[in-house]
Amino acid sequence: MNANPAIRQEASSPQTSQPVVEAKGLGLTFETNDGPVRALADVDLTINKGEFVSFIGPSGCGKTTFLRVIADLEQPTAGEILVNGMTPEEARRKRAYGYVFQAAGLFPWRTIEQNVALPLEIMGYSKAEQKERVHRTLDLVNLAGFEKKFPWQLSGGMQQRASIARALAFDADLLLMDEPFGALDEIVRDHLNEQLLDLWARTGKTIGFVTHSIPEAVYLSTRIIVMSPRPGRVTDVIDSPLPRERPLDIRETPEFLEIAHRVREGLRAGHGDD
Amino acid sequence: MTAAADTAPTRTTTPVFRRAVEGKALPILIVLGVIILIWYAFTVYLNAPWQIDAYERAGTEWTATDLVRDTMAQERPVLPSPHQVVAEIWKTTVGTRLTSKRNLFYHAWITLSSTLLGFVIGTALGVLLAVGIVHNRAMDKSVMPWVIASQTIPILAVAPMIIVVLNAIGLSGLLPKALISTYLSFFPVVVGMVKGFRSPEAFQLDLMRTYNASGTQTFWKLRWPAALPYLFTSMKVAVAISLVGAIVGELPTGAVSGLGARLLAGSYYGQTVQIWSALFMAAALAALLVGLVGIGQRVVMARLGAKP
Repeated sequence: MNANPAIRQEASSPQTSQPVVEAKGLGLTFETNDGPVRALADVDLTINKGEFVSFIGPSGCGKTTFLRVIADLEQPTAGEILVNGMTPEEARRKRAYGYVFQAAGLFPWRTIEQNVALPLEIMGYSKAEQKERVHRTLDLVNLAGFEKKFPWQLSGGMQQRASIARALAFDADLLLMDEPFGALDEIVRDHLNEQLLDLWARTGKTIGFVTHSIPEAVYLSTRIIVMSPRPGRVTDVIDSPLPRERPLDIRETPEFLEIAHRVREGLRAGHGDD
Repeated sequence: MTAAADTAPTRTTTPVFRRAVEGKALPILIVLGVIILIWYAFTVYLNAPWQIDAYERAGTEWTATDLVRDTMAQERPVLPSPHQVVAEIWKTTVGTRLTSKRNLFYHAWITLSSTLLGFVIGTALGVLLAVGIVHNRAMDKSVMPWVIASQTIPILAVAPMIIVVLNAIGLSGLLPKALISTYLSFFPVVVGMVKGFRSPEAFQLDLMRTYNASGTQTFWKLRWPAALPYLFTSMKVAVAISLVGAIVGELPTGAVSGLGARLLAGSYYGQTVQIWSALFMAAALAALLVGLVGIGQRVVMARLGAKP
């Protein structure tokens, strides 16, 4: 088992030491009709500013639940968690993060620009500023020219890009993404992964990314959190030695394959009981 | 004849013909034709006994042709023939002064006005109740059973009581009748809008939560637009039963005008032709109202980016 404290220490390397998310002994137990279900148990984790952290594991390992706890969409039942030094609820009220769901979930009655403007309307930005920000973020996700289209006129990949633009439109430094490309085909996914890295490099956001694809996790992340189910817990934390600049063919290199191998080992170890 | 005159008819008739064949027009016309044929057959069958009786009393010789002709021209037939009904409708609409109390349009207007008033109140009431049910747990538990129970009571039993009670507190005229329409029409709107307001997916509500959106913002930016398709579907049902409510409201109250009054008067005096023409006027009115709601739906949905 590689999940020893030394690795975690390494993770909080000196140049990016400002913590965005700090979880200590975090646990969450759902009360269901079939008795309690432990979705998270004893999770200790720190995400630092500017990191790209992926959560990987089989379904039921609590990776999505952990992201939802950060977003104040679920309440932990044990331990503590701070987001930007605040409770998740305070952070949510201060609009500290943008959240991208697995489904793009664009409102079908709104055009693309109106969809991206949705959070801005709610947060009370002026009309002029809304316009400027919509323009800027649509540019960022390469959707300039599609402002007046309705969601159904766009492909699945484009819709998901619009939903990323929606999460980026306001000034949240933290981007939480819950299997955002899970429903897309391989080719579109590769393309969007490349664009996401580019976007991350340009904006310097901190990104928490849930996935169940090993290549996706290894390709994108500076740190990979491997989780296992029943109860959901962290089994391995892998710091990626890959450079920040990552062309797609980096996936053929020995370093990449070595990390992918370690992730796979971690997943297998977590699955030892079945 | 010139070449232009030769080609002109084909150029205009071909698309019309093709539309009729490919579209809905032809099947509808065929069904209509079959219905009219069956209707004529029943006209002869149902009116024949009385007619044969009449021949025998008068001692006249009669043939099958006579029978068919005469069964379609009785003054008080069991079942009037289609052309008798058409003639009656024509006579009482186009053939009569519009302001006259014998004009069917006049009666249709009386019924229409209380239909519309009742429909508007019913829709508003339905939407408000749905908002309450969706946003308030206590209302969700307590109101919905009553809403359903209200519709199990036969409207014919309730209608006279509504009219009497409202009269006793000084309300008469249009409003009591309209309230009977309201009583029927709020129901599909409540049911439809509760479903509509609940149609956003859990993650869309979560999304609004991540923006720290207020309840009002979530309602107007997510729940309301998501419910609009449900609103129009419910309104189509509501407007049709509003008309039924208005007609029912005219039956037990001794009303002298309105389509319901025409139906009642017709049945008092055995004027079957009058009953059937009032029925057809009511059906046409219902089709018109549902059609208008449908047009409103298409206009609003197009503005909201629905696929054409």
